[in-house]
Amino acid sequence: MAFVPPKESFAGRVFPVTIGTGVQQTFGGENTLPFHSFEGEVPNRPLIAYEIQDVPPEDWPETVRRLYDGVSDDPVKWAKYCEEELKAKAVALRLVGTHPDSKDLSADDAAKTVTDVLGAIKVPLIILGSNHVEKDSEVLVRAAEAAKGYDCVIGKAQEANYKTIAAAAMANGHKLIAMSELDINLSKQLNILLTQMGFDKEKLITDPMCSALGYGLEYTYSVMERIRLAALSQNDAVMQPPMLADVGMYVWKIKETQAPEDVLPEWGSLEERGIAWEAVTASSLLMAGSELLIMRHQRAVEAVELFVDELM
Amino acid sequence: MLIIGEKLSIIAKRVREAMMKRDKGPIQEIAVAQKNAGAGMIDANIGPAEDGGEELMEWMVTTIQEAVQLPVCLDTTNHAAIEAGLKVHNNDYGTPMINSTSNDPERFPMLELAAKYNCLIIGLTVGKGGLPADEEERSAIAAEIMARTMEYGLPLENLYLDPLVLQIATTQEQAVKVIKTIKMFQELNDPPMKTVVGLSNISNGCPKDVRHILNKYYLALLMYEGLTAAIADPSEVIETVKTIDVITGKTLYAHSYLEM
Repeated sequence: MAFVPPKESFAGRVFPVTIGTGVQQTFGGENTLPFHSFEGEVPNRPLIAYEIQDVPPEDWPETVRRLYDGVSDDPVKWAKYCEEELKAKAVALRLVGTHPDSKDLSADDAAKTVTDVLGAIKVPLIILGSNHVEKDSEVLVRAAEAAKGYDCVIGKAQEANYKTIAAAAMANGHKLIAMSELDINLSKQLNILLTQMGFDKEKLITDPMCSALGYGLEYTYSVMERIRLAALSQNDAVMQPPMLADVGMYVWKIKETQAPEDVLPEWGSLEERGIAWEAVTASSLLMAGSELLIMRHQRAVEAVELFVDELM
Repeated sequence: MLIIGEKLSIIAKRVREAMMKRDKGPIQEIAVAQKNAGAGMIDANIGPAEDGGEELMEWMVTTIQEAVQLPVCLDTTNHAAIEAGLKVHNNDYGTPMINSTSNDPERFPMLELAAKYNCLIIGLTVGKGGLPADEEERSAIAAEIMARTMEYGLPLENLYLDPLVLQIATTQEQAVKVIKTIKMFQELNDPPMKTVVGLSNISNGCPKDVRHILNKYYLALLMYEGLTAAIADPSEVIETVKTIDVITGKTLYAHSYLEM
């Protein structure tokens, strides 16, 4: 008798999430481990969104910043550039300028930027705060209102501010990113709290918190892997939303993507190093189970898309 | 673990009266309450039901399934009543269960019904004579029931072995023997045999205020040994089930785990 490789099947399935109104994108929906299409169904590709900001990216390294010279002074131009020139499938607008330590832009400023960007692109928009707990609960509420009807992703709701942000996402018809800090039990708890306030668990995206290769990636990897196993093997419904890997912002601030070649010549080309670092971090987290990625460098995105092509 | 809601039993006065008067209200109210409390199946115990058992079981199954989308555990010694209930059971809500067969030849036809309707069945490990003395005796009877199950063409995965929980107040030494039996039953087959208990029998005859305590702690010990299902009061045992599932790693912990 011919050898038949044993197949593992699971009771659970990741919720498929569709975003956007012009061009729609769907991710998640699989009932098997990442890319195990030989064992189950993997109906959708992971989605990679290009990251843009409401203010010029002064803190991004030159190697990635120069890709956006001439457009990054204006979020509308920047978003259009990603869609038209880089063929972005989605755009992630980070309202980092609203942070009190940055330009402390107002919620109304943020709402205007969101409206303008939405008017300029057809692909789905992910709207991110500045990760300031109090300011985000003000900014993201106004941003969610400004984006009403566009079926965006709003993020990130955390334990300290989830109520107002989730209520705004719910009232304005958006999906929501729920972020907890590298702790699987707290991640489940936040998703429970969100569902208890009436937020549909099929509209959630879990962010267990990202980290870059060499800077705790294995913690993110392990938490993601365990969340996915709880979703599939334990059929744990609150752990079944797809997962986000917010890769770019963690990768492009570490020493390996910043240290100049004249200081560390043995590390080779700074630009190649950075691209490789972002691509390797992203592809690792795809293997751990993430379905939505936010990235910065075009060549890193292209490398990861190629990686997905090979595995799908 | 599967909780089979025990509250719809002819032994309870309110339920008995509703059954006699064919009053759907109390039956459906109890069925809904048990589902909301965590039951995955509803036991319908109509007693021996020698007169009019068929019509009563039909009425019970349809009445319950009108109110809750759950399978029913048909609980009577009347074969004809079981068959009547199986005929009207809505299998879209899950596979029904027969309660029960045993090593008593009078209960063999129940296996025939289980095979005919491809449903689940409880195999009570008692024979025609006295009660089983220990886990070895229970396992020996279980092996006979398993052999008969296969003879009748019913897959072993449809059989739930019941070691017969006895009263702590009269036969205290049996409590531990039943726990050991749960472990031993599973070893009788690969994949492991499924197991079920009538939980509240442990505290039968005990004062009301200690009954729930005995039931819950006993269930925890049985679950640790791998119990598959329990006929119990879901509102009484749901905390125990969720907590033991967390402790044994079957459910991922979160602070609000009891609320899920």
